Amino acid sequence: MQVVATRPKSLTDLQFTYCPGCLHGVAHRLIAEVMDELDIRNETMGVAPVGCSVFAYKFFDCDMQEAAHGRAPAVATGMKRARPDMHVFTYQGDGDLAAIGTAEIIHAANRGEHITVFFVNNAIYGMTGGQMAPTSLPGMKTTTSPYGRDVDDIGYPIRVCELLDSLVAPFYIERVSLLSPAEIIKAKRAVKKALLYNKEERGFTFVEFVSTCPTNWGMDPMKARDWARENMLPFFKAQKFRDKGEE
Amino acid sequence: MRHDILCSGFGGQGALTIGKFIAKAAMAEGKFVSWLPSYGPEMRGGTANVSVVVSDAEIASPIVSFPNVLVALNQPSLDKFGPEVKAGGLMIANTDMCPNKLGRKDITEYYAPMNTIAKEIGNEKVLNMIAIGMIIGHTKMVSYETLEKDLSAFLLKKNPQLLEMNLKAIKHGMDLVK
Amino acid sequence: MGKKVLMKGNEAIAEAAIRAGCRLYFAYPITPQSELIEYMAKMMPKADGVFVQAESEVAAINMVYGAAGCGRRVMTSSSSPGISLKQEGISYIAGAQLPAVIVNVARGGPGLGDIQPAQGDYFQATRGGGHGDYYVICLAPNSVQEFADMASLAFDLADKYRNPVMILADGLLGQMMEPVEFKDALTPEEILEKEKQHWDWCCRPNEDEPNHHHHEINSLEIDPKELEKHVLRLGEKYDLIRENECRWENYNVNDDNELLCCAYGTASRIVKSAIDQLKEEGKNVGMVRPISVWPFPYQQVAAGVGPKVKRVVTFELNLGQMVEDVKLAINGKVPVEFMGKVGGLVFTPEDVKAEIEKYL
Ligand SMILES: Cc1ncc(C[n+]2csc(CCOP(=O)(O)OP(=O)(O)O)c2C)c(N)n1
Ligand code: SF4
Repeated sequence: MQVVATRPKSLTDLQFTYCPGCLHGVAHRLIAEVMDELDIRNETMGVAPVGCSVFAYKFFDCDMQEAAHGRAPAVATGMKRARPDMHVFTYQGDGDLAAIGTAEIIHAANRGEHITVFFVNNAIYGMTGGQMAPTSLPGMKTTTSPYGRDVDDIGYPIRVCELLDSLVAPFYIERVSLLSPAEIIKAKRAVKKALLYNKEERGFTFVEFVSTCPTNWGMDPMKARDWARENMLPFFKAQKFRDKGEE
Repeated sequence: MRHDILCSGFGGQGALTIGKFIAKAAMAEGKFVSWLPSYGPEMRGGTANVSVVVSDAEIASPIVSFPNVLVALNQPSLDKFGPEVKAGGLMIANTDMCPNKLGRKDITEYYAPMNTIAKEIGNEKVLNMIAIGMIIGHTKMVSYETLEKDLSAFLLKKNPQLLEMNLKAIKHGMDLVK
Repeated sequence: MGKKVLMKGNEAIAEAAIRAGCRLYFAYPITPQSELIEYMAKMMPKADGVFVQAESEVAAINMVYGAAGCGRRVMTSSSSPGISLKQEGISYIAGAQLPAVIVNVARGGPGLGDIQPAQGDYFQATRGGGHGDYYVICLAPNSVQEFADMASLAFDLADKYRNPVMILADGLLGQMMEPVEFKDALTPEEILEKEKQHWDWCCRPNEDEPNHHHHEINSLEIDPKELEKHVLRLGEKYDLIRENECRWENYNVNDDNELLCCAYGTASRIVKSAIDQLKEEGKNVGMVRPISVWPFPYQQVAAGVGPKVKRVVTFELNLGQMVEDVKLAINGKVPVEFMGKVGGLVFTPEDVKAEIEKYL
């Protein structure tokens, strides 16, 4: 019998704690596969956020730190500076990165820290039960925007890639989607590029995943993907913003 | 024996440096010393002052509320701290910046046009060295030789000319109180 | 030991920290501790160390968390308002049991307050400061020399207990220059040796199978039973620290004391002067000075109450925070009085003397 799929070495054998159909698992797997392919697991350490992926520190089979809400880029800065020979990545949700941790991500990117940030944008606070995120779309109903996100009152969603793209230092910035197998294959290429640049000590690298939260959107996983395609992708365009390696 | 010294003037006049050189020299002579500056917004524009304690015994409080040596480089300093000088203490004022005298009978008062003398020596910056000369000339708190050694250590190579002027200013100050 | 140099407390603690093997320092500027961050900016690169001016105190303490999780000697510093911002991170550091050193060159508060010396952060420093059940070992120097000496002590205690250690100074100690004599600097080999004690749990390069490791730095225990175990273990650690790490100084404490004073840090210097003056007038007053304010030397303060002491007076640059600990220590044996000065002002020896004389 031929084995066609195994668990990547860079994942522990714990079972994911994500809801069925949640794309966090896909993002984890992509990162772990690339760590295996680049053979960097032993020299890599990661930072888990506060959010649904809080247990990422148990899932990735390398040294991991669990950061306070939003502070992962600062923790990663300390780790990278303390162990410059290691490769450091963070994994963060949109509440974590684009609300409470806005200062930390902007400044880590602006310093050009030699770290990789994986950013999962599901337009909502998953873990705490579906509250409005800084990435929630105009008019989107959440438990804290029950009448729909009123942009005149609370502002428009934040496009993080575009924001970071205004800085000089970042080396690589790309937004990818996890909504279909073809897009996932493309996403993996971005993950690989980011971690390769990281391995080569080229600079700050950033990958945003357009994702879903079926549970808090109140949809089944397939419908959630359709909804994301129709509503998120027009606002959060999947594109490469910056690749200094190709200039 | 404990000397409580207060040096005060406009920021940039070198009041803090007076205290620093005295403290360093006294330390070199084996005394206990502390140097406590005023800091913060009052440094800008207002008066900058420093409390220096030189003592044979360990220094408990480094705060000087009633000095027995006051150096006032400008009028506001003289007005503010002059009345606080302990009876029997010493007051040194820079007449170029202090038109009004203190006029206390229970302390020793010296007045000298420090800016003018410093200019004559060749550099207005050595004004604070004149004050140092007056302090050590009167109190013998530290010796001239220690100061010369300390100043030479960092000026001899860098700026021998300035060193000469500094030493001249100290000696001039000592002569003023003979 | 080298020769004596005249140095500001802020610079002395920075130099001493580098000598004690601190090779990573993260901070954000604030008066009256700015000479500390400036000294580090200048000297860390020369010591092959890392200096990062963080975007905020929040970021700085989290950088400390990351580096401490890698088992390296790391420090941050700030003054009161910035220390408040660091409390989140300090709680996480305590929860994850990481060794780290935090310096607070305290100033007047609350809020923006002023920039003059104050002791209003006593409660924050001695009661953990952030959320959750934890303590920070807290050392309070009263001279520039002691401030500097506390650097290596703080790192050693942090390593020994895997716990954050705070050095609680104030604007006066930070800004004042006094002669200071430094210990010899640790060599890179000695530093590495110190850091290696953490290698069984910290983040560091992995080896391949079968010795691959997966170390987790973490303060999360979602299962209450597990968190209970964790917090109880922390509790045992704190008991051990209480037992072993109380530090204090007795000043003129003897059986003929008519009154006992209690003061720490800058305030204790002023009280010493007052005691000296009273001595010249034939009045016998002693002082117990807590050097570790957590763990607080309860027994030692109680033991300082001689047979003729009818009263204990606590002197602080705040509204009376440590007086609560002193009352716990004295436990009703004699009345405990308090004199304070606030606003960033400092009482004079004459003020203190007059207060003591009220009770003699
Ligand atoms: C200081 C602080 N504030 C609030 C929280 C509560 N909290 C936990 S997760 C979370 C939101 C996470 O949302 P997101 O980053 O979008 O990740 P997701 O759960 O959607 O993956 C919040 C607000 C916290 N842990 N800490
Ligand atoms: S709540 Fe949403 S983001 Fe969180 S695990 Fe479930 S589906 Fe995923």
